[in-house]
Amino acid sequence: MKIIIVGCGKVGYTLAQQLDEEGHDITVVDTNGDKIEQAISTLDVQGIEGNGTTFNVLSEAGIKLADLLIAVTARDEVNLLCCLMAKKTGNCNTIARVRNPEYMNEMNYLRDVLGLSMVINPELTCARGISNLVEVPSALDFTTFGKGRANLIKLSIPDDSLLHNMTVADFSKKVHSKTLICAIERDGEVVIPNGNSVLQNNDKIYVVLPPSELHSLLGKLGIKEKRIKNVMIIGGSRIAYYLAKRLGDAHIQVKIIERDFATCENISEMLPHTLIIHGDATDRQVLLEEGIEDVDAFISLTNMDEENLVLSMFASKVSDAKIITKVDKVAFSEVVGELPIGNIACPKNITAKSIIQYVRGLQNSIGSNIETLYRIIDDKAELIEFRVNQESKVTGVPLMKLNIKKNLLVCGIIRNGKIITPSGKDTIELGDAVLIVTTNRGMANINDILV
Amino acid sequence: MNIRMIVYMLGWLLNTVATLMLVPFAVSIYYHEDSGKYFLACALALFVVGFLLTAQKPQKKSFFAKEGYVVTALSWLLMSVCGCVPFYLSGEIPSFTNALFECISGFTTTGASILSSVEDMSRCMNFWRCFIQLIGGMGVLVFMLALIPLTGGQDLHLLRAESPGPSVGKLAPKVQKTAYYLYAIYFALTGLEIICLYIAGMPLYDAVCTSFTTTSTGGFGVKNASLGAYSPAIQYVVGIFLFLAGLNYNFFFFLIIKRFKDAFSLQEVRLYVLIFGLAVIAITANLLNSGFVLEEGFRHAFFQVGSIITTAGFSSTDFDLWPSLSKTILVVLMFIGGCAGSTCGGIKVSRILIYLKTIKKELNQLCHPRNVKVIQVDDKSLAHTVLRSANVFFVIYILLFTISLLLVSVDGFDFETNFTAVASALGNIGPGLAKVGPTQNFDLYSGFSKYVLMFDMLAGRLEILPLLVLFNPMTWRRR
Repeated sequence: MKIIIVGCGKVGYTLAQQLDEEGHDITVVDTNGDKIEQAISTLDVQGIEGNGTTFNVLSEAGIKLADLLIAVTARDEVNLLCCLMAKKTGNCNTIARVRNPEYMNEMNYLRDVLGLSMVINPELTCARGISNLVEVPSALDFTTFGKGRANLIKLSIPDDSLLHNMTVADFSKKVHSKTLICAIERDGEVVIPNGNSVLQNNDKIYVVLPPSELHSLLGKLGIKEKRIKNVMIIGGSRIAYYLAKRLGDAHIQVKIIERDFATCENISEMLPHTLIIHGDATDRQVLLEEGIEDVDAFISLTNMDEENLVLSMFASKVSDAKIITKVDKVAFSEVVGELPIGNIACPKNITAKSIIQYVRGLQNSIGSNIETLYRIIDDKAELIEFRVNQESKVTGVPLMKLNIKKNLLVCGIIRNGKIITPSGKDTIELGDAVLIVTTNRGMANINDILV
Repeated sequence: MNIRMIVYMLGWLLNTVATLMLVPFAVSIYYHEDSGKYFLACALALFVVGFLLTAQKPQKKSFFAKEGYVVTALSWLLMSVCGCVPFYLSGEIPSFTNALFECISGFTTTGASILSSVEDMSRCMNFWRCFIQLIGGMGVLVFMLALIPLTGGQDLHLLRAESPGPSVGKLAPKVQKTAYYLYAIYFALTGLEIICLYIAGMPLYDAVCTSFTTTSTGGFGVKNASLGAYSPAIQYVVGIFLFLAGLNYNFFFFLIIKRFKDAFSLQEVRLYVLIFGLAVIAITANLLNSGFVLEEGFRHAFFQVGSIITTAGFSSTDFDLWPSLSKTILVVLMFIGGCAGSTCGGIKVSRILIYLKTIKKELNQLCHPRNVKVIQVDDKSLAHTVLRSANVFFVIYILLFTISLLLVSVDGFDFETNFTAVASALGNIGPGLAKVGPTQNFDLYSGFSKYVLMFDMLAGRLEILPLLVLFNPMTWRRR
């Protein structure tokens, strides 16, 4: 496909890199010549220096023939205008990054009026992820698929668990039949399990299950759920706003500590029911006064990774709260992963991930196509949701008779709004949504699951 | 200070008052009353003066907030003096002080009277008493704005100075259109009430006069026994219209433009309804305990709460004879008043709302000293200046109340009389308790006390600060 990316910042560059690897023709547009220079010298892309909202520059970038325009400049208005221009000039699909909460509130309307194909808001997506973690505190990771009908949850197997030395086949017979273990992470290695794989203490497992079964599973595994009732958030960023709003809606008490007074006033206006504290969170007096020892969850969302790390470590020292830390730079993930900082939230890659997911879907609009794609375990495995739109070799045949690739597992079939935990006898039918987990790359079509 | 411009606008005010005086003159012709000639004479005199003052348009049209306040304050003084002349000349109110008191009480929609028997007045004079309440209710300047664009774009200062409430907004982009909407709603309510009262069996003259003083929340009546002289059905109708008159006009505006959700989610309106309901329940319960039967107890409680909280001051019964809990509730309501953006007096429910929110914030601040909280009403943040002026307003209100109480006490009446007389004057209610109760009048006070109360009435109507501007030397200095 021919893709134009306007805005070559961190996200724009990452997008160009990944889409280039997948074989698309990329043109990047940016007003900053240095960034263009850097992109064209390191990637196999075309670069144009100029204002992406002008007809002139867009024509030069070949908007008439483009299939997709992605606007990821720093400013929402520029992104929206750019998409509008592209839509009117070239009639291509458009994706805009929009981060301002005021626009987000009227997003559906904007999307219709401006004819956008997709709007991506990294902060909102990140906040959603964090609020899921807060609502299910024992999960190490938590995502939903199939419009909320299936949950993907990462759990840590506790010491002396009944799961120790149990095979995956036994797990579904003896422990929980509606839960499917779809990946096991052990010592940094990823295993896509089959029935004979054996679980061990301290493994981290990914399971797919219907949302209603979650608490019964946790009960059977002996993981005690402590309901989170009050949350302390450090930093009044946009993520904090979206998060506090969601948590507030779930009747969880939220307290935000922010250093800048004007920001405090601003978020206080947007969140009238949230307690906003003006103070420097690196001052331990402030944290203690605001009761860091008694909070159920501690979430550090400042713009400084180092500050977030230190604060989370302090919180883990003085309280037994669930801790979530925002880390933007993933360069030292090996070191960061060993620190006592609880869950790590990384908003930086979310934009790129979601857009690539959409691009794949667009590319495969015939036959089967990708609805959702989610990368797990440091991108070592992918969980993909396919929509089956056409009869193919995989439909109507029991799964055990299909010659499925190695390191690939069909872990869920969503049919008529219900998730089926597939066994060998189940079949894939037309109209299903199919969840697969795999360590193989480049899956683009449901037929790709066959050898 | 643009003196020329101020004089020019006062000239237009005189023309307006003169025009309005032709209405009672017409009434006098209809009823073949002799005293109507005084209105004609006054109107002609005012037209001459007004014509001279407005003959030449000022060159310099600069008109700022200060001029707005000065014009407002002077207008109210001027029209009170002009308005009382027919009472005085006709000899129906022989003392000038009393005539002025009656007139200020009318324009400010207080409804406190010095007359021992209103039924002795001629019909056109009585009509004028009620008519000035109708004009004063929404404001003469607002009325002028609806008709004539005076300053060309800077009229908002006038609207702000004259309209009650902590922050005055526009209903429409243009001030003239806003004034027009306000008056349209106002007159529609009044007209509707006239029809309802007429259907309920009130004579037309009484219905018109009573409606004028209901929607303006004034409280003058044409009967000595006020609304006590009419049937229960009429009392219910007036009670309901009093309740409506106490609502914020934004509420009606939202209803008209079909934004029902916005209308019913106005926090001020909700609090008003809550206070109203609680007061009615409490007083009904209290009255039933002391011997009233159910319907009668509820009717009087409903009517009296409506009459006092909207600061109208009608009475359906002599509530001075009620048990002390009920009387105390009524006195508290005198201070609260109706919604901002209505014709009511008092402190206003919207300010009470702000005070409650401020108190909550201050209490939370004790637990979390670094807490940052922006006070919001109807999901809109209140500017710091609005909060500050609301707080200052309360302080000045209490201060003015205290000083007036001290001054009035010189006459030597009992505390209950003085306290409620001042509360009633400052809140534009009308009757108080004891010697100024619903069956009594204010004539017992000395001339000096009457002037103090007149000042209170004007201060209460203009929300104090616009009137006090006149006494600030800074106002009269060159810039």
